[in-house]
Amino acid sequence: MNATIRKYWQLLVAPLDWPLLGFTALLLILATVALASASPERIGAHLINLGAALVVMRVVAQIPPQRLMRVALPVYLFGLLLLVAVALFGDISKGARRWLNLGFMRIQPSELMKIAMPLMLAWYFQKREGLLAWHDWLFATLLLLVPVALIARQPDLGTAVLVFAAGFYVIFLAGLSWKVIFGLLGVAAAAAPFAWNLLHDYQRQRILMLLDPEKDPLGKGFHIIQSTIAIGSGGVLGKGWGQGTQAQLEFIPERHTDFIFAVWSEEFGLIGNAVLLVLYALLIGRGLQIALQAPTLFTRLLAGAVTLIFFTYAFVNMGMVSGILPVVGVPLPFVSYGGTAMVTLCLGVGILMSIHKNRMLVQK
Amino acid sequence: MQIKDAQEGLEQFNRRIAVAGALVLVCFALLFGRFFWLQVLHHDYYKTRAEDNRISLLPIVPNRGLIVDRNGEVLARNYSAYTLEITPSQVPDLEATIDGLAEFITIEAKDRKRFRKLMEESKRFESLPIRTRLTDEEVAKFIARRYRFPGVEIKARLFRQYPKGAFASHVLGYIGRVNERDLARIEEREQEANYRGTDYFGKSGLEQHYEFELHGTSGFEQVEVDAAGRAVRSLSRVAPVPGNNLTLTLDAKLQEVAEQAFGDRRGALVAIEPSTGGILALVSVPNYDPNLFVDGIAAADWQALNEAADKPMVNRALNGAYPPGSTFKPFMALAALHYGKRRPEQAIADPGFFNFGGHTFRDDKKGGHGMVDMYKSIVVSCDTYYYMLANDMGIDAIARFMGELGLGSKTGIDIEGESEGVLPSPAWKKKRFKKPEQQKWYAGETISIGIGQGYNAYTPIQLAQAVATLANDGVMFRPHLVKYITDTKTGEKRFIEPQPIKKLPWKQEHIDVIKHAMVGVTREGTGARAFAGAEYVAAGKTGTAQVFSYKGAEHKTETMKAQLRDHALFIAFAPADQPKIALAVLVENGGFGAQAAAPIARQVFDYYLLGKLPQGMAPTDEAAVEADPE
Repeated sequence: MNATIRKYWQLLVAPLDWPLLGFTALLLILATVALASASPERIGAHLINLGAALVVMRVVAQIPPQRLMRVALPVYLFGLLLLVAVALFGDISKGARRWLNLGFMRIQPSELMKIAMPLMLAWYFQKREGLLAWHDWLFATLLLLVPVALIARQPDLGTAVLVFAAGFYVIFLAGLSWKVIFGLLGVAAAAAPFAWNLLHDYQRQRILMLLDPEKDPLGKGFHIIQSTIAIGSGGVLGKGWGQGTQAQLEFIPERHTDFIFAVWSEEFGLIGNAVLLVLYALLIGRGLQIALQAPTLFTRLLAGAVTLIFFTYAFVNMGMVSGILPVVGVPLPFVSYGGTAMVTLCLGVGILMSIHKNRMLVQK
Repeated sequence: MQIKDAQEGLEQFNRRIAVAGALVLVCFALLFGRFFWLQVLHHDYYKTRAEDNRISLLPIVPNRGLIVDRNGEVLARNYSAYTLEITPSQVPDLEATIDGLAEFITIEAKDRKRFRKLMEESKRFESLPIRTRLTDEEVAKFIARRYRFPGVEIKARLFRQYPKGAFASHVLGYIGRVNERDLARIEEREQEANYRGTDYFGKSGLEQHYEFELHGTSGFEQVEVDAAGRAVRSLSRVAPVPGNNLTLTLDAKLQEVAEQAFGDRRGALVAIEPSTGGILALVSVPNYDPNLFVDGIAAADWQALNEAADKPMVNRALNGAYPPGSTFKPFMALAALHYGKRRPEQAIADPGFFNFGGHTFRDDKKGGHGMVDMYKSIVVSCDTYYYMLANDMGIDAIARFMGELGLGSKTGIDIEGESEGVLPSPAWKKKRFKKPEQQKWYAGETISIGIGQGYNAYTPIQLAQAVATLANDGVMFRPHLVKYITDTKTGEKRFIEPQPIKKLPWKQEHIDVIKHAMVGVTREGTGARAFAGAEYVAAGKTGTAQVFSYKGAEHKTETMKAQLRDHALFIAFAPADQPKIALAVLVENGGFGAQAAAPIARQVFDYYLLGKLPQGMAPTDEAAVEADPE
């Protein structure tokens, strides 16, 4: 009996990478603690989300990278199709066209692209391994920019940034010449004024607000002012769990989702922030280590890109909440409340685990 | 070749991962730096800001002090009523919200107008009343639907109420919402903190003069507020101290008798207790209803009050300056005795006119009064006697004596905005006029001064103070309405003006001569008809003041339009030997003082001295006072 259970348990945990699981689990526990303070009524739903995300992680961890490679192109094309469909038929909510109503449920195809994009590009570079010519870089760039442009048009700046970053990491890790990178940076700097004109008014406001939030303390600047007050007033040790006045008296907007970091930071202080940064650093470190040990170009690029996506989430979110980056809709990875992001992120962890477990087999 | 490429590619990948790892560390270091900056270097600043966010000091407005008459009858009080209030900053669509409320609560166009005006005047986080004095039914209706109206609340607030309505309104005054001018006064008194939560301020009358007594001391509640500004819990509370209560020298019943005695006529009456200067009644009719002002007067009402032909907003007792007419004569006579210009028994032969400088000054009795001594000059109101006297005394002596008596200067009553009137003198004329030929004083001008005409113009309160001083044998008090202020905290009573301001250097025998003659007026003279059958001895003097200055003899009272008729005056005190009440009555365009003004004085004396009410007046009005007009 006991042996049977042990056998099943071993089957269950076989594909898991303990360090990765450990860091992820610690972040999820931290998320639960923060949410219990920020929005206790959501704990139930949060735990369901966690369960679903962990199941997805376990399932994906079981899928060998070869199969991921096979689905890369279909998933990407499917995602692209959905994005076009959203642009044509999508539901409008809060002034943005992000959702596709399937009749029985509404889906947000841009979320799928966060995974589909690195999958696709890693697949492409694998296919062209050793044959890379200048037009491959151009084509990869096209594969990247079309979905990003569609998402940015919705408009969903946060997701566009994340999808762009995901694809860019693949191209960067695939060895895009530094000359080109710096050249593009130069062009980007020169084109910034034009890009400015393409932004929606509210997006411009957010960027302006970063420069001087006190200009409109009760309107556009409210979010940033209140979240920096929350962080600053937390001090070194924090005000204690459930004791953050900024959080508990609802001065922090979106305090269970995008701004949950302000709640954590107010209640646990600089120490809590350091813990969070260290956990992310460990998770990212482990991910990069997996990328370094990965057997094929596809798995290396995918592992590296997925890992760096985690970093992007964390940096952009903490940066915006602490007032050094503009406010874009990027959640704090593994911590912000929200099923979709949670599942996507755990799916990424599952991919890393799969790559790690299969490092020997494929190399053969 | 391929192998080498793959090897190179792997090395390049590893280098790129290293670069990415370095980037991660740099970015995280940047974040940590930002956290350190916020949480360590600027922690104190953000801590303070978080506290400022969290804690709000809410002022608790004290109850305004009561105003009661000398017998304890309440003339101004507070009552609690429900108001429907909107905090504009919390309401997404104000018009839609008000329309929604109007579906089940009466909201009139004027309520909306007033609300919009309030919004312009206030901060966006204040909650402002859209409707006051909700009925219980309206309150219930709102409570049932409140979930539909975020930012809308029912609040219990205290309102000022003047239970007797349009009564003594020029005494009580009224309160209204604090305006810029009031703020300046608050700042002058360094009362800003105390008035932080106060919406109302005394605008006229006692409400204005005693504003800082009536207001009280605000309490404060330290509350924790959330982002929407809602109080979440109370941290500490300092209770407010209610405003001090005013107890008046005024007798409300007497005031009522006096006001009713005027009927529809316009005019003023000031009754003073001679031995204290306390005002027993101060009438300026028509009145207005001060309740109209309490929650912001409607524009139409305000316009009506200001444009009405009978000018109800003018306080005639303090701001109307009228020639005293013959009521001036007793004071002239006293001046003559005081300066030794006449002896009481010294008589003149009155031909019915007095010639001076080629001009004839006529007596109102054709053919004259015959031999007239001082007593008779007052009893029959002989003009010729005073033409001559004025000429003998000269303007400087008259001005000095009358000035000493307080005529032509503010009495200092505890109501603001009192007028000075005009005490004619060469100095006054020099100041008043610009052209040199107008500045000169002509001896002929002194003649009509002697009978209370000419430039003479005094307020009814000045006349009342003068007659009260005479009644009180030259001991002068500052007229005052408030007897004492009761400190609501200690219960201590602070008496107002209990001491005389001066004693005039008159000889008692001179005073007695005048008083005797004034008794003669009510016994056998011009006031005899009005005082026929009185059970007390009253001393008085009638007066009829020309609306236009006296030019020759033509003087057709009957044919003149009502607006051009003479003002009727009467000054009096009683009982003559031990005066308890002294008064001045003025009836605008009333005609003869004896006919129009003296009977009012009679009714006032009858009530005050005997408790006798005029016919048709309810003996007690207790029921009306107790019943809530709302």
